[in-house]
Amino acid sequence: MSLKLDSKIPDGPIQDKWNEHKFHLKIVNPANKRKYKILIVGTGLAGSSAAASLSEMGYQVEVFCIQDSPRRAHSIAAQGGINAAKNYTNEGDSVWRLFYDTIKGGDYRAREANVYRLASVANNIIDQCTAQGVPFAREYGGQLANRSFGGSQVQRTFYARGQTGQQLLLGAYSALMKQYGAHKVKIHARSEMVDLIVVDGKARGIIVRDVVTGEMSSHYGDAVVLGTGGYGNVFYLSTNAKGSNTSAIWRAYKKGAAFGNPCYTQIHPTCIPVSSGHQSKLTLMSESLRNDGRVWVPKKEHDNRSPEKISDEERDYYLERIYPSFGNLVPRDVASRNAKNQCDQKKGVGTTGLSVYLDFRDAIKRDGESAVRARYGNLFDMYERITDENPYKVPMRIYPAVHYTMGGLWVDYNLMSSIPGLYVIGEANFSDHGANRLGASALMQGLADGYFVLPNTIGDYLASNKFEKIDDKHPEFQKGLKDSQGRYKNFMEINGKHTVDDFHRALGKVMWDKVGMARNKEGLETAIKEIQKIKQDFWKDVKVTGSADGINSELEKAGRVADFIELGELMAKDALLREESCGGHFREEHQTPEGEAKRDDQKFSHVAAYEYQGDGQDPIRHTEQLKFENVKIAQRSYK
Amino acid sequence: MTAHNMKLKLKIWRQKNKNAQGNMTDYHLEGVSPDMSFLEMIDLLNENLVKSGEDVVSFDHDCREGICGMCSMMINGEAHGPEKSTTTCQLHMRKFKDGDTIVIEPWRAKAFPVLKDLTVDRSAFDQIMSAGGYVTVNTGAACDANSILVSKVDADLAMDAAQCIGCGACVASCKNASAMLFVSAKVSQYSLLPQGKVEAPKRVQNMVAKMDQLGFGNCTNEAECEASCPKDITIENIARMNRDHLKAKLFSRPEIE
Ligand SMILES: Cc1cc2nc3c(=O)[nH]c(=O)nc-3n(C[C@H](O)[C@H](O)[C@H](O)COP(=O)(O)OP(=O)(O)OC[C@H]3O[C@@H](n4cnc5c(N)ncnc54)[C@H](O)[C@@H]3O)c2cc1C
Ligand code: FES
Repeated sequence: MSLKLDSKIPDGPIQDKWNEHKFHLKIVNPANKRKYKILIVGTGLAGSSAAASLSEMGYQVEVFCIQDSPRRAHSIAAQGGINAAKNYTNEGDSVWRLFYDTIKGGDYRAREANVYRLASVANNIIDQCTAQGVPFAREYGGQLANRSFGGSQVQRTFYARGQTGQQLLLGAYSALMKQYGAHKVKIHARSEMVDLIVVDGKARGIIVRDVVTGEMSSHYGDAVVLGTGGYGNVFYLSTNAKGSNTSAIWRAYKKGAAFGNPCYTQIHPTCIPVSSGHQSKLTLMSESLRNDGRVWVPKKEHDNRSPEKISDEERDYYLERIYPSFGNLVPRDVASRNAKNQCDQKKGVGTTGLSVYLDFRDAIKRDGESAVRARYGNLFDMYERITDENPYKVPMRIYPAVHYTMGGLWVDYNLMSSIPGLYVIGEANFSDHGANRLGASALMQGLADGYFVLPNTIGDYLASNKFEKIDDKHPEFQKGLKDSQGRYKNFMEINGKHTVDDFHRALGKVMWDKVGMARNKEGLETAIKEIQKIKQDFWKDVKVTGSADGINSELEKAGRVADFIELGELMAKDALLREESCGGHFREEHQTPEGEAKRDDQKFSHVAAYEYQGDGQDPIRHTEQLKFENVKIAQRSYK
Repeated sequence: MTAHNMKLKLKIWRQKNKNAQGNMTDYHLEGVSPDMSFLEMIDLLNENLVKSGEDVVSFDHDCREGICGMCSMMINGEAHGPEKSTTTCQLHMRKFKDGDTIVIEPWRAKAFPVLKDLTVDRSAFDQIMSAGGYVTVNTGAACDANSILVSKVDADLAMDAAQCIGCGACVASCKNASAMLFVSAKVSQYSLLPQGKVEAPKRVQNMVAKMDQLGFGNCTNEAECEASCPKDITIENIARMNRDHLKAKLFSRPEIE
């Protein structure tokens, strides 16, 4: 089989595409909606908003999540904010500007039509969330407040202190609870999807492991939606929650869904640096801190004096120096790469030399400590708890860390993957951020997908297809169940010498060193070999204790790490084949004389989407050409 | 980098599953660094357990940033341990001393049955939420956000209440296993905002009724919940909820479901 990528981008002027498209989509009439069952995996912003909306429309909805409650999905941890083009600040913002900034921020590697739609529904998201009672920050007059985020020169970010993700997720969760209370959705918490079931070419169900009892079961429906988040944990250390994983989308990939741009990874510039080998995760310090914090390193190499002893003349505020118009608010990929460059030039600070200062001295002097506390209090507290240093007194030390994955399952304009009936929303798809995501745009995209896009597009698929009646006796389900049971039994029986985390850490090291912030041909080729070796060793030598019929966190991790290892190899291959630099993908061979990412639009103005060909076989690399009809492509400049 | 030099004696509640008998088990752990988080300390113990062929200690966790509300341990008799306003995942070993004995138990409450070791079932909180913890507005039915004005003071108070992470420390710390702090935080958030006012009387009555029905205890003003809350939710919310509840009972039309 060979798949054909059809993006299904509607014709017509960009401003009209979405409305026109909605008009032409088939609609399931209200009385018939209850005949269709939709399975939604994931209860982050994308999954919860989709589940609530589809249930309100009348569909039968079942949702699945790993955590003990839908409210605890990883989206809860998002800090800084969510973008929209309300132009409440009278700075000339518009849907067009948000669209333009997002395309440019993504280094011209996203679809224009998708991004325009995203920008155009962003305002509805703010309205919806406000109506739900999300306590956004307010001005004294009672109106909503805004702040700045990287990659934009207008203030368009809405926020709820440093807990915007929490409040937005609780809003979507409350909508879901409303439907749950009315017995209109079924919720399966502590349930992990371990396989996708495709019947006659259509996604018809999933195999789920009950994390409490260890039991595997089949679930069937008329469409499957994955809102299972990003795969940053392939690097072992990242800012993602510990349970974030790739398994749902990886299983779907192995069942035929194309994987788009796997190598596009976002390394976030402002995280608390690694302190030692015991570290289990990295903590983000919201980008919003760059509104007031100034990034600097000492001008002298190996200058280990304490920061207050280093005078202003001896400091290099390198972002302000190199990028005078955006200053500390350059996009993430640019800020991260510059931090790495400074540390490579031996200007890094802290005991490891792998960090730079983010200094609030001037903001505190200008606005007072209490104003700074009101803006960032919880972030400062978090920093102090982890590092034992008081950022009101000494500058924070920060370093880049893996944060977000722009890659994910390929989807068309309707958010349908290359498997009919399988939809992918939120961070799990590859769609709207190109090669680099702007701050405060993931929350926007997750909620756009879940509240406003998917509920419109999925009806067209349901209304245009016939669904044969199936249940869990169908041979595909029986086989799926047996395969999954066998796989988990296998993990238990290997009984080797190394823990799952040993393998995960080994994988993470290869990924960070060779498939991280800077990549080159030689490193990527070595990485592929090293990852293949880790895979072999894992299946010979992993040790999982306890039992398969009950809660067993080691067994859960084994399933996820096995998939991460395979994904890691695909990421390295994709990075190797993309012979250019763009956004978060930086190939050392391809840079401008100033060290900025150098795209090759002739050869690589496309999406790479991989089709699985079997274990040990190279996947087929398909491409979807990107067309820019509304934005003039240029070398990105933030100077 | 700090030396990995702390030695600890851990007494941990082990219980195979919901129906099994549990007991406290002793472990000696070496090589703990003061910079480790409490959960990283347990990770270390668990890696040792795997290497010696034993089943790991089960505990809930996810974000490890103090926001998801998954982590939930009684540490030396205190929910989330000794540090104020701090979840277990944000607690660091520098708050303990070399040679300390640390007692680690699950949340204990009738409404939160133990599933295994330190992992408990908190789905009762979802049940309470589904009884009224929302504003009834369907997707697509919202008006322009700035057409609803909210005074900054109310917005800030609502946000203070909305910060609840639903971890259940309040229930675990209360001698009556009451969920009043949790419920009142949600009720307050909505009753402070114009969006939530329309349904306020119905909400407060339904949520409180659900809480009672699920086996949570009564509030007898011990304030242990406030002291243990990692997000500083105050008992002012309980007072506000009690006022709302009384008002709803006295003045609202009978439309409770
Ligand atoms: C620390 C941090 C701060 C951030 N701050 C911001 C910000 O300020 N602004 C912004 O726009 N973005 C931010 N982001 C990014 C943003 O939070 C995420 O991209 C977004 O929340 C992802 O939402 P989601 O719904 O796609 O997935 P998630 O929220 O990750 O949810 C995934 C869901 O899938 C479930 N799941 C996963 N696998 C399975 C499986 N196999 N079976 C069953 N269920 C499964 C999980 O249980 C969970 O419910 C931040 C990210 C981090 C890490
Ligand atoms: S692990 Fe999320 S709050 Fe502790």
